[in-house]
Amino acid sequence: MRQVLEGSHAISEAVRLAKVQVVAGYPITPQTHIIEAISQHCADGSLKARFIPVESEHSSMAAVIGAAATGVRTFTATSSHGLALMHEVLHWASAARLPIVMGEVNRALGPGWNIWMDQSDSLAQRDTGWIQLYCEDAQDALDTTLIAFRLAETVNLPAMVVIDAFYVSHTFEPVDVPDQETVDRFLPPLEPRFRIDVDHPQALYPMVGPAFFMEMRRSIQDGMEAAGPAFDAIAGEFESVFGRRHSAVETVGCEDADLVLVTTGSVTSTARLVVAQQREQGKRVGLCKIKQFRPFPAEMIRAVLGSAPRVAVIDRNVSFGSGGIFAREIQGALCPLEQRPAVYSYIAGLGGRDITPETIAEVLRLAEETPAPEAESRWVGLNPDVKP
Amino acid sequence: MSESINADRGLTYPGNLGCPGCGASIAINHALKGLGEKTVLVIPACCFAIMAGPYPMTALKVPILHTAFATAAVSAAGVRAGLDMQGDTETTVVAWAGDGGTFDIGIQSLSGTAERNDDIIFVCYDNEAYMNTGVQRSSATPYGTRTTTTPGAGWKRTRKKNIMEIMAAHRIPYAATANIAFPDDFIRKFAKAREMRGGTRFIHVFSSCPTGWGVASSLAIKIARLATRSNIFPLYEIENGTDWTLNLEGDLPVGDYLGAQGRFRHLTPEDLEQIQQEVDADLALIQERVAATRVRKAHLKPET
Repeated sequence: MRQVLEGSHAISEAVRLAKVQVVAGYPITPQTHIIEAISQHCADGSLKARFIPVESEHSSMAAVIGAAATGVRTFTATSSHGLALMHEVLHWASAARLPIVMGEVNRALGPGWNIWMDQSDSLAQRDTGWIQLYCEDAQDALDTTLIAFRLAETVNLPAMVVIDAFYVSHTFEPVDVPDQETVDRFLPPLEPRFRIDVDHPQALYPMVGPAFFMEMRRSIQDGMEAAGPAFDAIAGEFESVFGRRHSAVETVGCEDADLVLVTTGSVTSTARLVVAQQREQGKRVGLCKIKQFRPFPAEMIRAVLGSAPRVAVIDRNVSFGSGGIFAREIQGALCPLEQRPAVYSYIAGLGGRDITPETIAEVLRLAEETPAPEAESRWVGLNPDVKP
Repeated sequence: MSESINADRGLTYPGNLGCPGCGASIAINHALKGLGEKTVLVIPACCFAIMAGPYPMTALKVPILHTAFATAAVSAAGVRAGLDMQGDTETTVVAWAGDGGTFDIGIQSLSGTAERNDDIIFVCYDNEAYMNTGVQRSSATPYGTRTTTTPGAGWKRTRKKNIMEIMAAHRIPYAATANIAFPDDFIRKFAKAREMRGGTRFIHVFSSCPTGWGVASSLAIKIARLATRSNIFPLYEIENGTDWTLNLEGDLPVGDYLGAQGRFRHLTPEDLEQIQQEVDADLALIQERVAATRVRKAHLKPET
């Protein structure tokens, strides 16, 4: 049924439809609407789950780790400082091979306090062993959450469903909310591969010495490598059930493009408009949206971008001392190619600064006009009058 | 000594990685006798995370979930929620943490869990310092103690945090102290906590550490007994945060306990006198609360 939902509630609706059994939550702007809605579902019985209102995000993750270890489907959601506080237990969740799904609303980290859109929070967690899926809009958020449960439970790794602060989390859009029967066809009950069982006692996650540790870490890497093809297969099934296509990397007009713009999250929607306009003006511009950041779809990136002369990457994040994180990952993925595109890295829209059609047009213009990429990422939209 | 103590119900395997004379090793034996086989242990970073056995071994015959340092209570609450959702309300979920994982880094999630009154038992086996990392002070380390971070003339000059009062302030159904040297009382309290389902139960276990305290491993039980007999570690229970019961009153001066340990060897007679006064005052406070509980209960009795 088509409903008008804000992005946060697209996620909470997916959690309800996924018949999650244990949810832990702690409020933080701009995530709070997700756990509020789930609390309501638990209170009115529309979701038969236990909601644990914990005292911190560190405890949110610990609670769902404990619950997931008993073999139930689990969910939590957070943002920004909350995600940073979870850092230790994010590692625990993935090394514990627990298929936890988390809604993560991209927000800047302070100081100064900033509640607005910025990818630095989730990207700082890139090495924690979590699958990361970025969403463009509310429908994408609902669909991706359902896919995330299937994916996490297939490879036994936790998965993060990432949406933009406010641009997605607080924006109301028409969303096709599937009925329960259809969701049940796509997402059967969790069948855990292992669980805490008093009849078959085992010690989960004890101390591991050098004789075994590397093999355990290798198994996480194997799980991540399996997650790529698993995502493609599950997205295929999703399309056959729901009729909507999702891919790790989506392209618009990249085949003949002189310049391909790479985006993630809600910027993609704005970029679609700008790219279409420039196509109408006869410019051969393409668009590449990266949905799946972990595992990084390097092979797809090589296939999609490998033959383009120029690639311009918009990063709503910065790794200080390095540059735009998506751009650096793309450069790494393209490195094995003998003939590589010139990759232009742009940092824009930090801390909720709007990335407007004009910003995107400027990025495209800069990439066209600059003969060779600079070593450093170029910051777009800085106000020269502001001197911190 | 009751038969239940000697009977080996077989929930621990012989041998673990504990130091000789480790109080926690004795504590887990007593505890599992009171808890029974339908128990899940949640163990954060602490001595017992090592003692329970490195992969692929385990020293216990009940399931163990090892968790991050700060998370014992809330991880246990998560296990509880997961079991409940599958209709298993019979299994007892027990967090088994050291004093660091209780008094210090674990207190936030412990307080949150107690405030929600989640249906778990939280056990602190208290050896009064960070023993697993080589004897550093914690907020459970008593006044007068030398540790590797309160060395020499810099011995600890602040008092041990009163964790029982903190837990009682949460008005949880049950909080009790237990001592490895008093096994009947110890096992009774664990069995009682197991039977009192439906809320957070807290047991503060006195667990001697010969390695960290500078006593011979053969004296592990004796030093633990002296702690209670000198009223340094009284045995008592608090129900619903307000109803206090004192199980045993000590009869020895604190010097008998303190003087037997290397960690207190530097204390002067004046220091011992100060500690004696504080211990006396603390015991008097417990006695007042016990008396007040009796008065309140008598007052509440229906007239016949």
